[in-house]
Amino acid sequence: MTVKHFSIGGMSCAGCVASVEKALKKVDGLESSSVNFAEHTAEVEGNFSSDVLIKAVVDAGYEAALLQSEEDAAEKEAAEFTHYRNLLKKSFVAALVGVPLFVLGMSGLLPDLNNTQGQIIWFLIGLVTAFVMWFSGGYFFTGAWKSLKNHNANMDTLIALGTGTAWVFSMVITINPELVPSLARHAYFEAAAIIIALINFGSALEMRARGKTSEAIKRLIGLQPKTARVIRDGKETDVDISQVGLNETVRVRPGEKIPVDGVVIDGHSSVDESMLTGEPLAVEKNIDDEVVGGTINKAGTFLFVAKKIGSETALAQIIALVRKAQNSKPAIGKLADRISAIFVPTVLIIAVITFLTWFNFAPGLVTDDVRVSYALVTMMTVLIIACPCALGLATPISIMVGVGKAAELGVLIRNGDALQTAGKLDAVVLDKTGTITKGQPSVTSVITFGEQRQEDVLMYAASLEQGSEHPLAEAIVNAARDKEIALSSAEDFAAIAGHGVKATILQKNILLGNAALMKNNDVDITAGLEQSEALAAQAQTPVFLAINNQLAGIVSVADPIKEDSAQAIKALHQLGIKVVMLTGDNKHTAKAVAQQLSIDEYFAEVLPEDKEQKVALLQSQGNVVGMVGDGINDAPALARADVGFAIGTGTDVAIESADVTLMRGSLLGVVDAIAISKATVKNIKQNLFGAFVYNSLGIPVAAGILFPFTGILLNPMIAGAAMAMSSVTVVSNANRLRWFRSAGVSK
Amino acid sequence: MIDILINVSGLMLIAAIVWWFWLSDPEAKRINDQLIEILVEDGVYAPARIEIPANQSVTLRFLRKDASPCAEKVIFEQLDKSLELALSQPTELTLSIAEAGEYAFTCEMQMYRGSLIVRAEGL
Repeated sequence: MTVKHFSIGGMSCAGCVASVEKALKKVDGLESSSVNFAEHTAEVEGNFSSDVLIKAVVDAGYEAALLQSEEDAAEKEAAEFTHYRNLLKKSFVAALVGVPLFVLGMSGLLPDLNNTQGQIIWFLIGLVTAFVMWFSGGYFFTGAWKSLKNHNANMDTLIALGTGTAWVFSMVITINPELVPSLARHAYFEAAAIIIALINFGSALEMRARGKTSEAIKRLIGLQPKTARVIRDGKETDVDISQVGLNETVRVRPGEKIPVDGVVIDGHSSVDESMLTGEPLAVEKNIDDEVVGGTINKAGTFLFVAKKIGSETALAQIIALVRKAQNSKPAIGKLADRISAIFVPTVLIIAVITFLTWFNFAPGLVTDDVRVSYALVTMMTVLIIACPCALGLATPISIMVGVGKAAELGVLIRNGDALQTAGKLDAVVLDKTGTITKGQPSVTSVITFGEQRQEDVLMYAASLEQGSEHPLAEAIVNAARDKEIALSSAEDFAAIAGHGVKATILQKNILLGNAALMKNNDVDITAGLEQSEALAAQAQTPVFLAINNQLAGIVSVADPIKEDSAQAIKALHQLGIKVVMLTGDNKHTAKAVAQQLSIDEYFAEVLPEDKEQKVALLQSQGNVVGMVGDGINDAPALARADVGFAIGTGTDVAIESADVTLMRGSLLGVVDAIAISKATVKNIKQNLFGAFVYNSLGIPVAAGILFPFTGILLNPMIAGAAMAMSSVTVVSNANRLRWFRSAGVSK
Repeated sequence: MIDILINVSGLMLIAAIVWWFWLSDPEAKRINDQLIEILVEDGVYAPARIEIPANQSVTLRFLRKDASPCAEKVIFEQLDKSLELALSQPTELTLSIAEAGEYAFTCEMQMYRGSLIVRAEGL
């Protein structure tokens, strides 16, 4: 039986409460529910599915979202710490028995098994060791047994078999030494105890190191404030974050965190969104602007209406996306997975073969009397040294740290495959407007021809464009408004994709667009060609205006290049990546921008629907292509690219077409995404190499392959130490990714 | 004689390992309810093999009792889904799988292993 809390949206009266309660009662497994109208929440108890409950509420015409307990993270941390302490305690207890036994044995102070007194002492030691194995290593045996019943084998199987064999053999020869030749009468109780101590200690260290791997997600979770100041019945009240309802009014004071997502309805301020977007500059917020939960109000007080709460907020979605990506595996890890799946049974077989090999062929190497001991020790060492964990951890632990680090830099990587491919990119395609440039063009000059006045040219151009949302259109309309020019209505308006627009204004046929539009409509632009080319050479976009098919003017629009675009393109070049620019602008403007920024290749006058083809063209030339675009207009090109980067999307993380979402507008985010992907893949390779080499060298050495040449046989206790440290090494190596620095120091 | 006995036992042990871990499957637990409880403890999912009908919404409720980080995540690779399991608290995943077949779920290190056997409708 569990208790869950849900936020319920859309309730406006007591009747709504009854409707929600009625909907809840239909949910299978629900035992009791209590809907709180004032808090817009429901407390529900029973054995039910949250998804089913949410669907029932939504079907009844309301909204519902599962509220996460803010105590969850603290509880998890406390549980992990308790487990860590338990592991250390188990390690200490096992070492308390194992180490003195080892020291006494090495000093020759323990009796041999050839007399009754010695047997009694060893029997008592065996019982103490059994207690230690139960107390400190009982879970290995339980796990091994349960796995075995499920036709499965894991690390517990290897440790339980390794230490169990040592104890059983030792106990058997303690009770009946005659079963083996006198030279083979050696008990291994100390080995069993020390191996268990070492593996518990290794697990504790690994747990400590693993805690650091999830720091990024913890930091994101930590952004969530605990309380909110809501306005209810005209009074401001501090409430728990889980009690903020949809459409409730919330006040935010200077220095406070914004509790949930919403829209400003009163006041203004600047908000630090760097923790989510990586954007260092505070963002101005005025009435009707959106605010995001988890960001910090710098100065000023404002009121906003809560529009997204609980698991629906941008922060909650970012956390969910990062968690999902952290749990995904790139193709590079699939081989390790396949090996992991068969690893333990394979090691069991190798251990048996090792025993038989020593048992049958050792007489040539050692005396016949001790071959059983050698066979047993080598088998035990093989079982103990094999480490499936290092292999299994190699990929996911690096992905966990890499994806988390990227999120800290405002880069959301959708999954492991996107991360792996981003590291292989050799060409990046950038859309010019809004990606390289600010996407906020303005009119820089108006050139007239014939009898036309500048005001008339701007009036016709702005009248044509007033209904359009294109950035160039917006610039022209704003220029006319700034000059207080009255606009006229446009009739028979038509937009010609990639060329321009046309309409009838004041009974005149007006054309506004590029040279191709003019040519297609037989407008002679010879008089303006030289000036338009000069403007384009300055990276401006000249737009021709024709009245009744006569060239009337050129409106020149310039979109300033973002301050850090040049730095980002330079950094991409340093990563060995070719930079390609796509633009709907004419080739002169495109060339000017490309030259200014040292862009390797550009495609001018590209229609929106042709962007995808250009990406495909580059792919057909053997390039692994990344496409950077806005995620909406560029969706087909983003989907076609090997890796699609949606840039400058603020906190809108729900972009299905993008493999990587950049929460800030800077191209440096692309550099960060590629650089961290490369670093993560390199880290995975190091881990996989280490784990493969460790197991491929460790197992044969443990089996005694060096003995015929060097006379060296690996001690099972050293094997235990190596095994315990192998996972710690993998986790520690992955943790190095936490020190990755943003290429452009963009944060 | 003892040598032969030990060798034969060794070879039989190898054959048993191959058969038990690779050639035979544990019996799947056939589920007809909408809710399945899966205990995550001692290195195993219990039940580990679950048979469910295709095209039916089924909720898997995991209850993690193992505090070690190994048990923290359960990943359904073929279904592109993953869950972070809270300790001693149920964590749910609701699924409806259209295509019959076997879908593995594991911890991130592949030590915990389980599978969903989706049987075609009417079977």
